[in-house]
Amino acid sequence: MQFSEQWLRSLVNPPLDSEALGHLMTMAGLEVEESSPVAPPFTGVVVARIVEAEKHPNADKLKLCKVDAGQGELLQIVCGAPNAAVGMKVPCAIVGAKLPGFEIKAAKLRGVESFGMLCSARELGLSEDHAGLMDLPADAPVGMSLREYLALDDTLFTIKLTPNRSDCLSLLGVGREVAALTGQPLSLPEVVAVQPTLDDRREIVLDAPEACPRYCGRIVRGVDAKAPTPDWMKQRLQRCGVRSISALVDVTNYVMLELGQPLHAFDDARLSGAVHVRYPREGEQVLLLNEQTVTPAADTLLIADEKRALALAGIMGGEDSGITLETTDMFLESAFFAPDAIAGRARSYGFVSDASHRFERGVDFELAASAIERATQLILEICGGAAGPVVEAVSKAHLPARKPVRLRPARARRLLGIDPDNAAIAKLLNGVHLGVRHEGEDLLVVPPSFRFDIEIEEDLIEEIARLYGYDNIPALPPQGGLAMLDRSESGRSAWDVRHQLAGRDYQEVVNYAFVDEAWERDFCSNDTPIRLANPIASQMSVMRSSLIPGLADNLVANRKRQLSRVRVFEIGRCFERKADGEPVAGFHQPVRVAGLAAGSALPEQWGAPTRNVDFYDVKGDVEALFAPRTLKFEPVSDPALHPGRAAAVLLDGRRIGVVGELHPVWVQRYDLGTAPVVFELDLDAALRADLPAYAEISRQPAVTRDLALVVEEALPVARVIEVLNESAPAIVKGVELFDVYHGKGIDPGKKSLAFRVLMQDTQRTLEDAEVDAAVTAIVHHAETVLGARLRG
Amino acid sequence: MDKLDQLVQQATAEFAAAADGVQLEQAKARFLGKTGVLTEQLKSLGKLAPEERRAAGAEINRAKDAIEAALEARRTALREAVLLAQLAAEALDVTLPGRGTSVGGLHPVSRTLERIEQLFRSIGFVVADGPEIETDWHNFTALNTPENHPARSMHDTFYLEGNDEVLLRTHTSPVQVRAMLDHAARHAGREQMPELRIIAPGRVYRVDSDATHSPMFHQVEGLWVGENVSFADLKGVIADFLRKFFETEDLQVRFRPSFFPFTEPSAEIDVAFMSGALKGRWLEIAGCGMVHPNVLRFGGIDPERYTGFAFGMGPDRLTMLRYGVNDLRLFFEGDLRFLSQFR
Repeated sequence: MQFSEQWLRSLVNPPLDSEALGHLMTMAGLEVEESSPVAPPFTGVVVARIVEAEKHPNADKLKLCKVDAGQGELLQIVCGAPNAAVGMKVPCAIVGAKLPGFEIKAAKLRGVESFGMLCSARELGLSEDHAGLMDLPADAPVGMSLREYLALDDTLFTIKLTPNRSDCLSLLGVGREVAALTGQPLSLPEVVAVQPTLDDRREIVLDAPEACPRYCGRIVRGVDAKAPTPDWMKQRLQRCGVRSISALVDVTNYVMLELGQPLHAFDDARLSGAVHVRYPREGEQVLLLNEQTVTPAADTLLIADEKRALALAGIMGGEDSGITLETTDMFLESAFFAPDAIAGRARSYGFVSDASHRFERGVDFELAASAIERATQLILEICGGAAGPVVEAVSKAHLPARKPVRLRPARARRLLGIDPDNAAIAKLLNGVHLGVRHEGEDLLVVPPSFRFDIEIEEDLIEEIARLYGYDNIPALPPQGGLAMLDRSESGRSAWDVRHQLAGRDYQEVVNYAFVDEAWERDFCSNDTPIRLANPIASQMSVMRSSLIPGLADNLVANRKRQLSRVRVFEIGRCFERKADGEPVAGFHQPVRVAGLAAGSALPEQWGAPTRNVDFYDVKGDVEALFAPRTLKFEPVSDPALHPGRAAAVLLDGRRIGVVGELHPVWVQRYDLGTAPVVFELDLDAALRADLPAYAEISRQPAVTRDLALVVEEALPVARVIEVLNESAPAIVKGVELFDVYHGKGIDPGKKSLAFRVLMQDTQRTLEDAEVDAAVTAIVHHAETVLGARLRG
Repeated sequence: MDKLDQLVQQATAEFAAAADGVQLEQAKARFLGKTGVLTEQLKSLGKLAPEERRAAGAEINRAKDAIEAALEARRTALREAVLLAQLAAEALDVTLPGRGTSVGGLHPVSRTLERIEQLFRSIGFVVADGPEIETDWHNFTALNTPENHPARSMHDTFYLEGNDEVLLRTHTSPVQVRAMLDHAARHAGREQMPELRIIAPGRVYRVDSDATHSPMFHQVEGLWVGENVSFADLKGVIADFLRKFFETEDLQVRFRPSFFPFTEPSAEIDVAFMSGALKGRWLEIAGCGMVHPNVLRFGGIDPERYTGFAFGMGPDRLTMLRYGVNDLRLFFEGDLRFLSQFR
């Protein structure tokens, strides 16, 4: 809410400057989002009247003016404004005046002396208007300081109110709060009940008293709807950010800003019979003031007459029952609508209004009668007319209850960590109009009709904290038992995984969890993705089921920035449908770790040949991530990956992810350049680690034998190693592949695999004969099972 | 005996003239070899009278020692010269860059999250986790956010097509509810429930996108429930954390009254640096408050006996402040030129 400091100070005027006043409000929960002066600082500008305006003898575009600035004698001022005319009232900066950015001195302009400057609004920093001189009203008193005349020594406060503080959506509310916090008196304009001079009245029927338990209405006849709004009211409205429309509308807005009671003015001539507050009938429509036609939902409260629906109660009036400049008879509404009956309704039609904003948060339910008197008083003053009696319909049983709330001061002290005594607490609460009664050690507190946020003990504790001052609550180092936290050694955190990947030259990224539907279709063969009901963009419309497309997109973006070597990883959630998903049924939400490497294997450098990263580089990264546990890899078909260059990754027989080259079709479609190699694994699997277990180190010398086996090209090495191990006697401690050879001496379609066999016994030195026998056994088994041939 | 002295001088000179080991050995032969000059001298001793022989022999041996010493000195010098030459030949340009791969790095927000975890772990907080597709109940209802609260409207919350019961969590606060339910169940029936201290970092989602808002961003939720947890404790923990996080005492921390459905009293936490580019400006860092009794009840904890505080802070914002980043969107664009600055 935006308002003028001067208006506030007319209600309560604490001895604080603007900044201190702003801080006071902020620290009381009325956060001052912005405070800005109405006008920049300037001095020496007064209201002046142009007495003569003649052409400058030496310049076509300048005028030579004689100006009465209340200085005793006329001032001669050269002026270039096109609208300077005799009789006009304008701001005049006299010699010695300080304007934003410059000072006024007596000067000669084109050979003629000039003693001052006539100003445009922009030159004074009041607006951007620079078309000509600022045209002041004809009754502006000559010689009066412009700052005083326009009340420019004022600050605009914008406060951001939390939804629980609807009581502060008015000058009265803010003033009440400031008065309580500073102990200063609050003085309100006196509201005297207007004596009716007419008998005319419209009956009011509360058809839905739980939604509208109080409605005050009054007829005012013979008003001049075209009467001008007084300047003081226009100015206050404008400083609250409200545009002046017509006197009658301005009055309703003014009273709403002043007291917090939204009002509505109907054209009485357009109403027929009693006014009803009811829910809509089938098919009813209302054309609203904002020219929107709505078909109100069954739970939207209406104001209606005996023939038709007129307005959305507490939200917005109707276009064809509202006042116009031709209105002479009006019907004024001042009602209380229950927050529950208004909340969310305006938004469901795509807008909010000042009235709905207030009613859905809570308007003082005892305010309606005095607000209608205040409005009538202003209308009669400004527009004339004669008022009928106020007709009030009320259903007391349905007005909000204000039950006493029990406060245990000891609990307040314990919860806040402060120790004011019961009397001090009662005093704080009394200060904001909360009625306090002592009952033993407890306080029974009755909230006033304008507070809608006091229902339980904690609401009062919050109030105490706020009034005691958050700044005055100590900041204590917390006390607790010094139990050590668990730190399992057979597990590691996601941070360890991140650091390890970073150590292997991958850069972490964070990608959006909602992605383009095409990514899911292409990379994941997912035609039924989890869709957002309200995505912000079509390329962010479905939940990802894989991290890989996002990483591929990172590659595209970085290639556009001329980076060809891209190594990125992400740890994040993926989303899949799963009827019995945990913890949210219907969804499986695993955290995965995925990486992508593209471009040269090593950063370009002088000491190593340049080659592109390949499957085995990235496989090595994956193996390192799990070492010393060993993974198994087997060919896999995955829509994202090259069918011949992709592997499922298995740990302890369970599939935990994939590694492979991206499928060439996607490389081309998404313009990825050379094929990147990617991996994606369940994070959980990477977080388990085995506790190391010691095995005795042999003191006996080890023996190694190298052997080369020629096998079919298509035979996986893993299978060969498996077979070699099957037949190996106990003395064989390891079989390591150290070379793969194709070419001279090897038939096409075959490959030569070189293995180093390590043999050792823990108790004795091996004899040549048993070593040879072991090798022979291994080779023989390989020949038999795999058709392998020992290479000579 | 001048002749012997001359011989020593002559040998020393010839050794010095030898340019390498071969020449030196040849020179050695000329003096000390079987037919060398000095050997001849020794052989000639036999011709002398026995009484002269002793003195002459001693003189010759002295000369021989001197020549051998000169030889050894020259040998050492030549060896050293060879080594020096080898070392000179083997010299590298040590300014050439080292070989091998480079290193990657963590995302800047990850750096912040890891730090936050470490700091809170140091006072006994453990990390808790929760789903990102969350139930409406955990995200709103259990957090005392009533049915018609503006936060539940389509304007702020991402919903999933065809399922009104779930949404993308709008904050990490539902982890509070899950952690409380879990904790209460684990310690049900005990005389006293141990304290619950968690932090829950993670991604959250809101329908919002501009220079300071991203539809996906990070939050860290904190929760401490115990028998005597107060607002003063909350102030103490947060102020301590912020000073440790920013590694400065040069920091003002302000708690300002605010409103959240799930805490009461509630506060916004502002910080102001006392030096640097942001000097004197109040910056909103987090929201916090005492856990609302309804939320404790939904979490299966008796609000009469136990109290607690909760906070939710924006690690993206903390990261921006710490490293001087001025556009939130940079965090989610995967631009390596940006990300690699945080290694």
